[in-house]
Amino acid sequence: MMPDLGTYAVPVLSSYGVSLILLFAVIAASIWKARRIRARLEQVESRRDRTT
Amino acid sequence: MASFWEYANPRKFMATSAFLLPWTAGIAGLCLVTGLVWGFFFTPDDFRQGSTVKIIYVHVPSAIMAVNAWLMMLVASLIWVIRRHHVSALAAKAAAPVGMVFTVIALATGALWGQPMWGTWWEWDPRLTSFLILFLFYLGYMALWEAIDNPDSAADLTAVLCLVGSVFAIISRYALVFWNQGLHQGATLSLDREQNIANVFWYPLVITLAGFGFLFLALVLYRTQTEIRARRLKALIAQERMA
Repeated sequence: MMPDLGTYAVPVLSSYGVSLILLFAVIAASIWKARRIRARLEQVESRRDRTT
Repeated sequence: MASFWEYANPRKFMATSAFLLPWTAGIAGLCLVTGLVWGFFFTPDDFRQGSTVKIIYVHVPSAIMAVNAWLMMLVASLIWVIRRHHVSALAAKAAAPVGMVFTVIALATGALWGQPMWGTWWEWDPRLTSFLILFLFYLGYMALWEAIDNPDSAADLTAVLCLVGSVFAIISRYALVFWNQGLHQGATLSLDREQNIANVFWYPLVITLAGFGFLFLALVLYRTQTEIRARRLKALIAQERMA
């Protein structure tokens, strides 16, 4: 199944590895920040609802 | 049909983006998996470049999207400067880290491809250098947003930076046309040529490019939602302090 990359296996596999790691990192960072902000906003909104 | 400017309303933007997000993310995932698997496993070696031609499926789409992301930020920044719509400024802010990641991927995969083909990881070639400068502009843009507390002032100043950086975004794309020298080859994909590259490489490349495009769109929608919530959070905290 794995293609024969010959003498260029290291640059080809490294390129895919680096790209996938960076893409997953930006997706994960976006999800992490979104969850953090949403939780904080819900906290502040519920506090505001209790006081009004 | 709804006017484009209706999406300047954060509520309208949140509702529309919530509907679009699963579709764009789904199409991005489908195109990326199809294009990358096809390109990596089912395409032949190039007669000159051998198996390194497979790097094209991550290098070219990321390089194209690195420039397109900056141009999208330019349009959003101009909308902010001219019409003062906050959502457009927040969309530009949301796009910057994604564009920066695409630029890093293009630079890293370019170096990995360049070493076996050119015998060097890096050369001060017009296209490579302009991409490095574009990367520095992305860093500067993100740093400027974080450095200024007032969001409107930050949006104004980053819009100016974005306008200046657009010169390098355009140079990155057309460096070879302007200087006609350097190690880097000409454009792999072009609208003004009937035949780009052999179809066996071209089809998976176009699918991967669509995947990168939809991934960018999905991430910008998602991150803009987050920026809108963060802005509301900041306003509510300010109200609490005033009370």
